[in-house]
This record gives sequence, C-alpha cells and structure tokens, in this order.
Amino acid sequence: MNELAITVIGRDRPGIVADVAEVLARLGANLTDSTMTRLRGHFAMTLICVGPAAADVEAALAPLAGDGQLLATVRAVTPDGGAASGGEPYVMAVHGADRMGIVAAMTRVLAEAGGNVTDLSTRLAGTLYVVVAEVDLPPGSAGELAGRLDRAAAELGVEVSLRPADPDLL
Amino acid sequence: MSDAYAGLGDWTPEALGVDGAVRPVVTAPHPVLSREGGAVDPTAAETVRLAADLIATMRVAPGCVGLAAPQVGVGAQVFAVDVTGHPKAVTVHGTFVLCNARVVEATRWKPGREGCMSVPDLTGDVKRASRLVVEGDLPGTGAAVRLVTDGFEARALQHEIDHCAGLLFLDRVAGAHAIYQRKVYL
Repeated sequence: MNELAITVIGRDRPGIVADVAEVLARLGANLTDSTMTRLRGHFAMTLICVGPAAADVEAALAPLAGDGQLLATVRAVTPDGGAASGGEPYVMAVHGADRMGIVAAMTRVLAEAGGNVTDLSTRLAGTLYVVVAEVDLPPGSAGELAGRLDRAAAELGVEVSLRPADPDLL
Repeated sequence: MSDAYAGLGDWTPEALGVDGAVRPVVTAPHPVLSREGGAVDPTAAETVRLAADLIATMRVAPGCVGLAAPQVGVGAQVFAVDVTGHPKAVTVHGTFVLCNARVVEATRWKPGREGCMSVPDLTGDVKRASRLVVEGDLPGTGAAVRLVTDGFEARALQHEIDHCAGLLFLDRVAGAHAIYQRKVYL
C-alpha cells in the first residue's frame, strides 16, 4: 500500500478542499491525517493519503493546478509507525516585535534540549510576531529549559512562556 | 461532614449493596457513544448493578476520574465520577454515581485539554464551565440531589453528562487545530 504526502498551496477560493478530496476519493486514495490553514491569505494544505501510485494522483490533481493559481505536489513516503515519543507535552508561546530570527533562535533552544516540535503556528500581525509551538520534552527537562528560553527571549526582546499541555483523562 | 457533601447526604458506593464487576470499555466509533442514553429508574436493580459496575470499572483504569454508561456499551443516563486526589480538583464530592443528571447552572467557562478512555488516541481543547450546578438521582435510594461544584470536578461532570447525551469531547472541540495525537497513555 502506497503512503503519499501531498501538498496543495496557492490562491484561496471556496471549494479547494472539496476538489482535492473528490479527486482522491475517485482514485480510491484514503485521506488519513491532514491539516489546512490560510497563511497570509494563501491556501495551504498538507495531507497523507494511502492508496494509489504517486504518479496517478499527481496526474489527477494536475487539472486543479491548470489555471496556475494552485500548486499540488505528491510524493511517496515511508509509513511512520507513529511511535510514542515518551516525552512530556508542553506549549511554548512567544510574542513580541517582529525581527529576523525569532523562530530560528527559539526552536534551536528547544532542539538543543532534545525537544521535538510536534505542532507550530506563527503569525505576523502588524508589527506583532507570535509563535506557538507544541513540543515534546525529555522528562524532567522543562524547568532548566524555561530558563534558557527566557535568556534567548531577552536577547531577542520578546516574551516567552512554557506551560504543560497535559491532557486530563476523563 | 463538609458542605461539599451536603448534596449527596450519606450516600456511599457501599450503599448500593452489590459488588461491581469490571466491564469492557468501548471506543469510538462505536455507535452507542453517539446515541442519547435513555432515562433510568434509579431504584431498579439493573440500575444499581450498572452503578456498581461503573465504579468498579473506573477504579481499575489508571487515572480515570469518570465513566459513563455508554462507555461500557449501555445507552443509559448513568455515570460515575471520582476526582479525589486530582491536583486540579478544588471541590471534591468523593466517589458517586448520578442517574438522569442535567446541568442547571454553568458559568465561568475555561478552556482545558481533555482525553477520554473511549477516544484513546486523541486529545482536544474544550471549553467547560468551572462553576456548575447539576441535578440528578442517586442510584439505589433514588433520592434527588443537587450538586454545586467547580474546577476539575465540574469539568468531569460535564464530560460524563455529555456521554449520556451521546456527545464526545470531539463534538465540542475548540477549533480545527485543537485536536492532538495523544502523547502519553496513562
């Protein structure tokens, strides 16, 4: 069974998700995990599907990109078992005046502590820059990491917070 | 006895008078989880047995603070809750079971991330009232009770009452990017 990674990016309009999903359903490609948002107004969708050959999907999606407003890419990927990380889930939030290198500096601090970013959003709104990252941290590392994030944020002149994202089992 | 227990009177799980059996927990997409549970007679023997079974099943699941009848495959408005010892709990009524429960007042809504034994691989951000008044019937005696609670116990009650109405936390998730792969299975 082929596992395919598909990206669709371009000018937003109503119906893109329906168009893409229809093409995949027609080909017998089972849409598994997907995410879609608008990035500065651009339509941006990334998805994994299981089923047909990459070339067939690419050919079927080509008409959607025919007007030059959308770009669709398809590539085969190796299935990932989704192994449990064993890390502790945290949310890092950063905000402050926009400048070069905020994401690079803050995520480098996470990486050097063995943290794995599992979800990330960044937004520029006027001069305000916002970063929200979900990160799995090695057990027991959050306290020391928070200090290092504080120092990195101070150098950049931005604010940072790190808080547990532990779900409550009900 | 503190004021927090006033609503339950002297009800305890032992008052059910039967030993509960551990039942298997069903997981989504099982249809019973999406059907509104039926109202029950709180004094009926089968309701009392179900109440005891819910407590027994809740107690063997690590970290579990609540369990509703649909989660053991029974479409009925019965659930057990026990948030004793939970670090986020403020008001705690101990272990109890409610039948035919309904929310009568809900205020001070706050977001929080929830997981559910019946949706074992996902968590989601859900807004819940942190001040809550619930009315229902106690199994066995059938006494009508009015519970006033807050914080984590309030969240647990809303989650279980939702189960009895055929709703999962997935039905209340805060947005398209507010569901997550579960990272730690307790």
